[in-house]
Amino acid sequence: MAAIRLVINGKDYSVDTDPQASLLSVLREDLDLTGSKYGCGEGMCGACTVLIDGKAQRSCITRAGSVSGKQITTIEGLANGGQLHPVQQAFLDAGAMQCAYCTSGMIMSAVALLKKTPAPSEADIIDFMDGNVCRCGTYSRIVSAIQKASKLPMGAAAKGGTR
Amino acid sequence: MSINTNCDIPLEPERYELTESVPYRFDLDRRDFFRFLGAGIVVVSVLKPVMVAQESGGGRRRRDDSAPKEINAWLHIGEDGRVTVYTGKVEIGQNIRTSLSQAVSEELHAPLNRIEMVMGDTQLTPFDMGTFGSRTTPTMNLQLRRVAAAARDTLIGLAAAQWKVDPQSLVASDGKVTDPKTNRSIEYAALTKGQQLTQELPQEDPLIPATDWKVSGNSTPKVDGREFVTGKHRYPSDQKLPGMLYGKVLRPAAFDATLTSLDTKKAEQMGVTVVRDGNFVGVAAPSSHAAEAAIEAIHAEWKSEPQPSNKELFDYLRKNTTEEGDDDDRHEVGSVDQAFRSADHKLQATYTVQYIAHVPLEPRAAVAKWDGDQLTVWTGTQRPFGVRGQLAEAFHIPEDHVRVRMPDMGSGYGGKHTGETAIEAARLARAAKRPVKVVWTREEEFTWAYFRPAGVIDLIGGVRNDGTITAWEMHNYNSGSAGIRTYYDVPNQRIVFHPVKTPLRQGSYRALAATANHFARESHMDELAHAVKMDSLEFRLRNLKDERLRAVFQAAGKQFGWGSSKTAGQGFGMGGGYEKLGNIATFAEVNVDSKSGEVKVARVVSAFECGAIVNPDNLRNQVEGSNVQGLGGALFEVIQFENGKILNSRLSQYRVPRFSDLPKLETVLLDRKDIPSVGAGECPMIGLAPAIANAIFDATGTRLRALPLVPNGLKTT
Repeated sequence: MAAIRLVINGKDYSVDTDPQASLLSVLREDLDLTGSKYGCGEGMCGACTVLIDGKAQRSCITRAGSVSGKQITTIEGLANGGQLHPVQQAFLDAGAMQCAYCTSGMIMSAVALLKKTPAPSEADIIDFMDGNVCRCGTYSRIVSAIQKASKLPMGAAAKGGTR
Repeated sequence: MSINTNCDIPLEPERYELTESVPYRFDLDRRDFFRFLGAGIVVVSVLKPVMVAQESGGGRRRRDDSAPKEINAWLHIGEDGRVTVYTGKVEIGQNIRTSLSQAVSEELHAPLNRIEMVMGDTQLTPFDMGTFGSRTTPTMNLQLRRVAAAARDTLIGLAAAQWKVDPQSLVASDGKVTDPKTNRSIEYAALTKGQQLTQELPQEDPLIPATDWKVSGNSTPKVDGREFVTGKHRYPSDQKLPGMLYGKVLRPAAFDATLTSLDTKKAEQMGVTVVRDGNFVGVAAPSSHAAEAAIEAIHAEWKSEPQPSNKELFDYLRKNTTEEGDDDDRHEVGSVDQAFRSADHKLQATYTVQYIAHVPLEPRAAVAKWDGDQLTVWTGTQRPFGVRGQLAEAFHIPEDHVRVRMPDMGSGYGGKHTGETAIEAARLARAAKRPVKVVWTREEEFTWAYFRPAGVIDLIGGVRNDGTITAWEMHNYNSGSAGIRTYYDVPNQRIVFHPVKTPLRQGSYRALAATANHFARESHMDELAHAVKMDSLEFRLRNLKDERLRAVFQAAGKQFGWGSSKTAGQGFGMGGGYEKLGNIATFAEVNVDSKSGEVKVARVVSAFECGAIVNPDNLRNQVEGSNVQGLGGALFEVIQFENGKILNSRLSQYRVPRFSDLPKLETVLLDRKDIPSVGAGECPMIGLAPAIANAIFDATGTRLRALPLVPNGLKTT
């Protein structure tokens, strides 16, 4: 056990945990940030996706000790107060979910994609998002949501992905 | 207690899936329950209204008339105007939290945002067999309409009494009762004030016809969508209690294995709770990481018997039939053998389907907490009341000591009917004397849940040169009897389901055996059409009288552009049918790369009709989702198993459909406002596999008769 300093959604946390524990388990169990989900434990489904220094990473295969001091953004840190991030809003507008268990990870991946490629083609979206699984099969709606979001102004609300 | 993690709960795919008797008991007596609800208006059903009986537990109850009166409280309107609706159905992604809210809003004439649904809580909601079989829309939607209409009439009656006018002269709308003559109005909340009234549910109630719907019939967005996009919603695996520990179970080396030696010393030294109870070995620790480490520190040896594998699966199924089943398993009309003798063409073929896994993205999860001998479990299940019964049985406690709560979960697809995780968490919590959470890993979910049954289907069709089918014989080994009967008009039929002693634990899967039976039937229809050199669509319509099914085939064919010319490597095919009271026709376009053998499903067009449409956008979402999920079972999903072990128990080893598999999806919805609404979560799936198989044949001349069709691409000979 060791105290690890984690910077999550702009807040400093000191967590007493095994540095080998997954970032996902620390987020969910120690910090009660349960928006990031367990789906496969091997980085194959994307349900646990968070941003680390702005890049999409699978928190289930990321050791907590390896991201100490880095900027971590989870789904909980995306909205700006009551104002949803454009990607969150676009997912709502497109009805891009069923059970929505994959939704946090989808949104986090999409935020990372739009940061890298602000106006992605359909092929860009499919290529970037292929590691995220929606078992309910709402992929076409998620593609539409990301296209919609890419046309919305990424104003102050988008900071969650860029801090 | 003993837990047999493999086969202690007999699971079979359909006719049988929920036949176990769950004696109904309402956990609070009437007075307690009403105290809990507080003042206001409560709509109850006393005894068994005919409609409720079947879905809400009437199935296998005691028949004697001395059974206690059962009180189901369905709806409460509080003094603050909040409307709380109680249903044992659960939300698993099919969107009934929204569609049922729409139904209540419609009949109650109250704004949607004032309605809260309490779902799947065995202490608060009326008994319900479970959320399966696409039953919510045809039964619960109707039930809640009746409940809401009764509440509305009560409120109108209260206003009429207060104003001393004829109730017929008053109008309810937007959460108020209004007198059009005087323009005075009063809020529902004001009418309920200071009173506790009950309204029993009338046997018959005039409900608003679909043609006059104002709330239902619209694409109302998910009522709690914001909770999901912000990550705030707490799924079963997100539940957390003060002092809670994390549990993990030691899994046997193979199915049906017996523990022969166990050394838990190292684990015990790690400061965790270790439990051994028969074959059950588990730990409870302060974190999931520590629980995993403790399980890894346990040394165990297991003994198991040799078991079958995929290699001999289909032989095994044919050779291991059990008794001939019941009368429902055998359907025979006309003179089948004679009709085959006089047919111009007789075609025989065998179709197979493999075991596949549900892969709900949220694996099984439960949090259990004991207060003395009272047990509360939060868990993801499609059958909260069924899991309550399993918990009571496992711990030898009365059912009224058990409360099961079902937070809206991360999908099920028929795969979460059982309470293994709930039992495991409860066993560990009892030992640790603290609440315990158990969340299965993906490997556990792949291995210790249950599978969609594999099956072998033999089909023989007899047809005249003019395209009339005269004889039909079908034998299904193990996969199930859902959708086994043919909707084509064939005078001579022999259709038999053969139950099998199964090599793997199997159970419900979205659309059950209808997927396998439609795959076989609709593929065979194509083969017969080719035998008589007739267009596939024309051949189907020639043998099909059912107007609703004809309508979806025609609508999908039109949208698809059936009959248009194709390029090299391109193929078109169709499949469709009738299941769970809905009608589907699906047309697929595939592209086959002749060099690599890669099969890409480029376009899928489905026409679906399920009566009056309750929520068009959600319905479209369900049809699209069925086709995308269906791609997996059609093209590449297969559980590999050998000698009691699953060989591909990880997502990196078991391929599910991804973004890159996505075809262009087009959905045509036929809205029949003159026909009662039925469910849509299952039926839309059944047309896809045969449509793809038929399209591959169209593209290549290769007839594939096994699901999955192309797990390793198309091998052309």
